[in-house]
Amino acid sequence: MSGKTLYDKLWEEHVVFTEDDGSSLIYIDRQLLHEVTSPQAFEGLRLAGRQVWNASRNLAVADHNVPTTERDKGIADSVSRLQVETLDKNCTEFGITEFTMTDHRQGIVHVIGPEQGATLPGMTVVCGDSHTSTHGASGALAFGIGTSEVEHVLATQCLVQKKAKNLLIQIDGQVGIGITAKDIVLAIIGTIGTAGGNGYTIEFAGAAIRALSMEGRMTVCNMAIEAGARAGLIAVDDVTIDYYRDRPYSPKGSDWFMAERMWQHLHSDDDAVFDKVVKIDASLIKPQVTWGTSPELVIAIDEKIPNPAQEADAVKQQSMVRALDYMGLKAGQAITDIAVDKVFIGSCTNSRIEDLRAAAAIAKGRKIASTIQLALVVPGSGLVKMQAEAEGLDKIFIHAGFEWREPGCSMCLAMNADRLAAGERCASTSNRNFEGRQGYGGRTHLVSPAMAAAAAIAGHFVDVRQF
Amino acid sequence: MQAFTQLTGLVAPLDRANVDTDAIIPKQFLKSIKRAGFGPYLFDEWRYLDHGEPDMDCTNRPINPDFVLNKAQYQQAEILLTRENFGCGSSREHAPWALADFGFRVIIAPSFADIFYNNCFKNGLLPIVLSTETVDQLFGELVDGYQLTVDLSSQKIITAAAASIHFELDENRKYRLLNGLDDIGLTLQQADEIRTYERQRAKIAPWLFVD
Ligand code: SF4
Repeated sequence: MSGKTLYDKLWEEHVVFTEDDGSSLIYIDRQLLHEVTSPQAFEGLRLAGRQVWNASRNLAVADHNVPTTERDKGIADSVSRLQVETLDKNCTEFGITEFTMTDHRQGIVHVIGPEQGATLPGMTVVCGDSHTSTHGASGALAFGIGTSEVEHVLATQCLVQKKAKNLLIQIDGQVGIGITAKDIVLAIIGTIGTAGGNGYTIEFAGAAIRALSMEGRMTVCNMAIEAGARAGLIAVDDVTIDYYRDRPYSPKGSDWFMAERMWQHLHSDDDAVFDKVVKIDASLIKPQVTWGTSPELVIAIDEKIPNPAQEADAVKQQSMVRALDYMGLKAGQAITDIAVDKVFIGSCTNSRIEDLRAAAAIAKGRKIASTIQLALVVPGSGLVKMQAEAEGLDKIFIHAGFEWREPGCSMCLAMNADRLAAGERCASTSNRNFEGRQGYGGRTHLVSPAMAAAAAIAGHFVDVRQF
Repeated sequence: MQAFTQLTGLVAPLDRANVDTDAIIPKQFLKSIKRAGFGPYLFDEWRYLDHGEPDMDCTNRPINPDFVLNKAQYQQAEILLTRENFGCGSSREHAPWALADFGFRVIIAPSFADIFYNNCFKNGLLPIVLSTETVDQLFGELVDGYQLTVDLSSQKIITAAAASIHFELDENRKYRLLNGLDDIGLTLQQADEIRTYERQRAKIAPWLFVD
């Protein structure tokens, strides 16, 4: 018999039982909750007169709707405010720990989970949010679910699931200087497409992945969903274990040693068989910039926008034409000729300390271009913000003309006041460039934090390697 | 949950690939704490020429005459025919809520995003995967008033020309949807097994059970 993949191991450890047709009841170790996808779940519990199975398995935080300025004044938009207040009320009623809007630990749900040690290696982690895949960076099986499933987990601590297939994405070799986790994952999506991972759990492996910090690994797993996979995974190694030592929710004392021993097994066996394997040579990856309205419409900074006429597939061709029209771009245009109006550094993809350090390294001693209307830096959590301030990064950003904000999702999806106006173009470190994502009619280009900072300084996209 | 057995309904074509959940229901509508009432805002940015906000009365908004669902013949459509990777993007269940609230009961595509696919079943919405060729063929056959019959128990679609198309579906999902079963109630019948599992797991990973 061949060995097991990391996904096989995590799956088997969490099966409560399996039905004849192969669907299984899976035990969930941790559920994260936020204000947008939970109100209807709590309402469902109340209507059915059900209890929460185990309140301590849940951790809640408000992040999507929260303002990034003058937080003590509360939320101006009454609809947003009601949603956040509803989360507060539900958590109080059901006895669930919540980091409220003014708590210094508040932040984006996928940033605070690992930061607190609330999502750990070997766990099953769910959240009513597709970017739950982020937590797979620690060797946890983590995936996004809908609101009905949030309710299901609240009530039963379990989910009915069918096992996905195994996809290995192996990034061999080393990336060049200036190439980040974001460029790696955008290059992967450019290679396999946004549906490439449908039906799979992706394990990211290879020397270039091993060389990443935990923050970088989270960036890669975060965007597994943009490649169509509900979950992304990275094997546990010393980097993982060092990261989780002494986090508030991490195991303590003898439990820590027990956990450490158990986590050592969280990797695919040498003879494990994957349903599909994709290999990418890290040395060929250049800084990536998306040009369309799907993350797969991505090219390297030194390339020109492709011509739809040369696309053989009619459905793809039509999507490209639509994307160019929406983005106000033309085939053949050089990426470096595209001027931007706004810059957003933040989101659960790129708002951790390392991301801010990379952006600050570019911004240091420089000024943003006069044509830039707004350049935002939104730390992923209150603790990231404090750390950055302790390192003086806030001063670097402010001096360069960036705005330094309070933590939250902010302009990643523009549910709060931070957004693009119609036709505005943004260099963004977030994960989705869909039509209207950052504001009605707004145009999003996904890039790494260093590339976003460089675009803010130059006023247009530039190759950060020559900056 | 609403059961699904059989349906004969009007088909609306949405000839686009990678239709994402932000397009199905834009984020401003996610601020609602309710589960109903999303139908008027389905595909809001494509359907209307102005910018929609929650609680807006849609009856007087300027509509985009070119958008397919605005055409008179598709107002009563119950089946949506579309292209690959439908429902990609976020996990928002507001997407199937909006589609169901508009009146759709079936979505046919060559592929769906996983989370969206899963969310459909929780809301009495049947997503059907057919081959790219078959979907192409249905797009080709579609004329005004085109209807399809979908029978869940036999897993068949009957076309206007009486052709029968088989579709695949996992047994468990089919059973739950056919009977409109309450998923949570079913799982709670296994409460003892869940507790047994927890006791075993607490022995090997006690830190998971520290409150
Ligand atoms: S930062 Fe963006 S992608 Fe991440 S959870 Fe918030 S809205 Fe979703």
